[in-house]
Amino acid sequence: MTASLIKALVFALCSLAAACLLFIHPAAQGVLPEGSSPGAVFWCASVVIAALAVQSVRQMAALDGKRWLGMATAALFGLWIIYFWQLLVVACEVPRVLLPPPGLILRSISEHSDMLWGDFVQTVLKAVLIGWALGSGLGFAVAVAIDRQPFLQRGLLPIASLTSTVPLVAVAPIAVMWFGFEWPSKAAVVVLMTFFPMMVSTLAGLKASGKLERELMYGYAASYTRTLLALRLPSAMPFIFGALKVNATLALIGAIVAEFFGSPTAGLGFRISTEASRMNMPLVWSAIVVAAVTGSLAYALLVQLERRVAFWHPSVRGI
Amino acid sequence: MDTMSKPAGFVRKIGHKALPVLVILLFILVLWYVAAVAMNAPGAIERVLPTDTPWTWQQLLAATMDMQRPVLPTPHQVARDFWSSLVDWPIDSPRNLLFHVAVTAESTLWGFLLGTLLGLVLAVLIVHSRTLDRALLPWIVASQTVPVLAIAPIVLVILGSLGFSGVAPKAVIAMYLCFFPVTVAMVQGLRSPQKIETEMMHTYAASKWQALWLLRLPASLPFLFPALRVGIAAGLVGAMVAELPTGAVAGLGARLLTGSYYGNTVQIWSALVMSALLGLALTLAVAGVEKLVLSRRGGQA
Repeated sequence: MTASLIKALVFALCSLAAACLLFIHPAAQGVLPEGSSPGAVFWCASVVIAALAVQSVRQMAALDGKRWLGMATAALFGLWIIYFWQLLVVACEVPRVLLPPPGLILRSISEHSDMLWGDFVQTVLKAVLIGWALGSGLGFAVAVAIDRQPFLQRGLLPIASLTSTVPLVAVAPIAVMWFGFEWPSKAAVVVLMTFFPMMVSTLAGLKASGKLERELMYGYAASYTRTLLALRLPSAMPFIFGALKVNATLALIGAIVAEFFGSPTAGLGFRISTEASRMNMPLVWSAIVVAAVTGSLAYALLVQLERRVAFWHPSVRGI
Repeated sequence: MDTMSKPAGFVRKIGHKALPVLVILLFILVLWYVAAVAMNAPGAIERVLPTDTPWTWQQLLAATMDMQRPVLPTPHQVARDFWSSLVDWPIDSPRNLLFHVAVTAESTLWGFLLGTLLGLVLAVLIVHSRTLDRALLPWIVASQTVPVLAIAPIVLVILGSLGFSGVAPKAVIAMYLCFFPVTVAMVQGLRSPQKIETEMMHTYAASKWQALWLLRLPASLPFLFPALRVGIAAGLVGAMVAELPTGAVAGLGARLLTGSYYGNTVQIWSALVMSALLGLALTLAVAGVEKLVLSRRGGQA
C-alpha cells in the first residue's frame, strides 16, 4: 500500500518535472520566429508527456484509502489540464479571443488586482453578502413565523416550490429601475432568489425532529419556544445549512447576471460583460476566476461552520 | 351514500389544498394593487393630474391604475398587455410574445437535450472508469459551487468569432448548465443498485453493457428526473442570459432588455410573466414524462 503510494507520488512528481522541462522549447514560450512551426521534436515530446500524464493520474486514481488521496488525484488532474492548456494554446497560437493561456490570465489578475478588488467589493461584499444575508434571514424568519400556521404553510409552500422553476433573475431590469444602478438593485434580486429556498428548507427542517424527542420535550412540559430553541431548531440545522450553501451559489449568479442588465462601472458581472464585448478575454477570465474562487471559498466556509454547529449529525460524524 | 361521500371528500380535499394557495394569491394581488397605487402616486401627481386645478383622491387613484410608464404596472395592465401581445399580432411578428417564447424555448430544449445526453454519457464513463471517477468527478461536483453562468459571455464571444450565431451559442450555454446536475445525479443513480443486485448480474454472466442497460439505468431513473427538472430550469435561465448581449433581437431575454432600455415597464412585466409561464411549462413537461416513465415501470415517483 505505502510502496505503491510512494511510487505513484514519485511518478507524478517526476512527470510534472519532465513536463516543465518542455517549457524551455521556444514554441512553448511563444517566441518562435515568424512563420516557423514548433517542429517534430516538440510534438513528440508533447505526446510523451501526455502519456506520462495519463499514466500518473491512473496510478494515483488506483490507490485506495484516505480522503486526501482523492483530492490529490483531482488536483493532479487539474494541474495537467492547466499544463496542456498553457502548452497547446501557446504552441498552436490560438487567438487570445478564443482562449487565453492560463499564464496570461494570471498575469492579468496581478496587473488588474486593484480593479478586480474593486469589483469584488462591489459585487460580493455589497450585493451578494447583504442580499444573501437578508434573503436567507427573511426566509428563515418567515418560516419560523408561520411554523404554527398550517393554513399559511399550505398556501405558501406550493408557491415557494414553484419559484424554483421560474427564472427569477429576470426581475433584474425591474430591480434596476426601482433601486438604481448601484448595489441595492443587485441585492434586491439576490434577496428574491435566496428567500424561497431558505423558507422551504427551514420549514422542512422544523419538521425533521424525531417523534420520540418531541414527546420527551412534551413530557418535560417544555413550552413551544423552549422546544423550538432546544430541539427543533438544532435539528433543523442541516436543512438550514443546505439552503445556505445553495443560496451562496444562487446569490453569486443573481448578482452577476443582474449586473449584465445595468450597473455602475464596477462589479464582476459588469467587468465580464463589458470586457467580453471589448474582446479583452484575459480580463474576463480573471473576473471569472475571482467569482469561482469566491464561490468555492464561501462553500468551504459554510461546510466548516456546519461541522461546528451540527456536529451531532450523522453526515458530519461520518457514520 | 358512497357516491355522495366521494365528491364531498373531493371538495374537502380541494378546500384543504387549493384554498390556502388561493388566499395567498389573492393577498399578493391586493398587495400588488396597493403597492402600485403607492409607487405610482408621485409620478401621477407630477405628470398625469392637472397642476393648476385641485384634484380629488378618486382622480389620483384612477390615474395610478392606468399610467403610461408606471413604476409598478397594475395586474390588469400587465394582463391586458400580455393578452394583446398574444392576440393582436401575427405569430411571426416580434411584437407577439409567443414568437419570443418559441425562440427561447428552442434554444433551451436543444441545450437541454444535448446537455442531458452529454451528462448521461459522462456519468456512464465515470461509473465504469476509476480514473475518471477519482480525477474528474470532484471537479464536476465542485463546479456546482461556482457561478458557471458567468462564463456565458465568453461562450458567446468564442462561438461568435468561430462564426456560429443564432440558436447554437444559446443552446451551448443551456447545455453546459443542464449537464452538471445531470452528471452528478446520474453517477449517484447508476451506483444506487445494491451489491446483491450487481452480484446477481455477475452470476448471470451479464456483460457490463447488460448490467448497465438492465440494472443500472433503470435504477438510476428516480435520480435522473429531479436532476432533469433542475437542469431545464437552469437551461432556461442560461438561454435567457445568452440573449442579453447586444445583437440579440429575439427571445424573452432580449425582450426584457429592450423593455428596460426604453423604460417600457409593462412590456418587462409581461415578458417576466411569460418567462415564468415558460419555466413552469417546461418543468411540468419533464414532470409529466417522469410520471409516465415511472408508472410504466411500476415504480413510485
